[in-house]
Amino acid sequence: MKLSLGNVRLPLSAFDLEVNAELTARRTGIFGPSGAGKTSLLETIAGLRETASGAIYFNETSFTGLPVRMRQIGYVPQDDSLFPNLDVRRNLLYGRPSAANQPAFSFEHVTQFLGIEPLLARDVRQLSRGERQRVTIGRALLSEPRLLLLDEPLTGLDRDLREIILKQLKKLPNEFDLPMLYVTHDRAEAIALCDEVLLIERGKIVGRGAPGEVLRSHISG
Amino acid sequence: MQPDEWQAVRFTLAACAGSTLLIAPFGLAIAWLLARPRWLGKSFVETIVTLPLVMPPVATGLILLKLLGRRGSLGGWLHRAFDFDIVFTWRAVVIAAAVMSFPLLVRSSRVGFQEVNRRYEQMARTLGAGEWRVFWTISLPLASRAIYGGVLLAFARAVGEFGATILLAGNIPGETQTLSLRIYEAVQLGHDATAYRLLLVCVCIAFAAVFSAEWLLRKKEVR
Repeated sequence: MKLSLGNVRLPLSAFDLEVNAELTARRTGIFGPSGAGKTSLLETIAGLRETASGAIYFNETSFTGLPVRMRQIGYVPQDDSLFPNLDVRRNLLYGRPSAANQPAFSFEHVTQFLGIEPLLARDVRQLSRGERQRVTIGRALLSEPRLLLLDEPLTGLDRDLREIILKQLKKLPNEFDLPMLYVTHDRAEAIALCDEVLLIERGKIVGRGAPGEVLRSHISG
Repeated sequence: MQPDEWQAVRFTLAACAGSTLLIAPFGLAIAWLLARPRWLGKSFVETIVTLPLVMPPVATGLILLKLLGRRGSLGGWLHRAFDFDIVFTWRAVVIAAAVMSFPLLVRSSRVGFQEVNRRYEQMARTLGAGEWRVFWTISLPLASRAIYGGVLLAFARAVGEFGATILLAGNIPGETQTLSLRIYEAVQLGHDATAYRLLLVCVCIAFAAVFSAEWLLRKKEVR
């Protein structure tokens, strides 16, 4: 995959997000303290925020002016985003391309992989936080995206649950042949999951490289 | 109750149901637009929509009469082109009720649309949904309680409509005579028993509609 963020600028309340980078790793981490602009960067790539300037390309497709629905981006936001008027199955199927388009992987494959088959008939309002996160990831996967954006999906989960979902997330890019951008402010997660990490502070990339290396230098710096 | 009293009750319910159905698609479309962030002309549309709520109903009726009468711009054209009359027909009753109840439907539905968490709409778009699908599958179902509440309030307002109706539709027994007009006529003629019987029917309909609307509007869903 190749995600080009060419001089992307997005004014935020306290500072401007300014990013100029080309991302090619299958699992890229975006690491930084709270309020550094990580979520804004993901939302910009997903098309939920409009940049003031710059261009975003994904595998030669320009995202400039491309509507959100046509970007084929799977987005798992930090906050709760399951549709409360639909049960788990209908949430999962919401973005599913029609059978005529020959989906790359089956519904059962995704639900088994994430261990959410027992939840299918449940009301989403009755799910625990961990269950909700897995259903949200499943819903994004089933829309058959070309890129998966995950915004701190393990925040607020207890340690055991984090471990379980972390294992699933580690396997996910290879299982579904899908590159991902993973936002976190947790070092262990970044090291465990990512091939490359961008370190962001106040809207600027201040470090980039292998997770162990970048995050070690960040501690010592 | 006398047959003519029942007739007035049936006619009122049918006309009010018709007027509520008539305004529903327009009301929902305008409510949805007004729930969107700033756009050019929003304040103007908001004001126009609210006008029937604050103006004397007779004044609204007069405007409608000027517009829809045979000598009015729209009414005159309809008469000449299609031999189609509105004023002093059942259609005038429906239109008067529709115009007077429109603001209630819009205001309530707008609040419903505004309370829908924008995150859900954004997520639906990332999942490939176009605006039309987002509206039907996310915005509308999540705002449905407020919309049902608005529909019931609009219906109740239509049942109570008097001023605009008497000006636009007259008070023709068996043709344009609604419950309110029948009560008015009974009081004028000193038929107190009829007036009180119909008053009771009126109170029952209005109470049921407003009570249901309040219940729906109070019963919040997780959004």
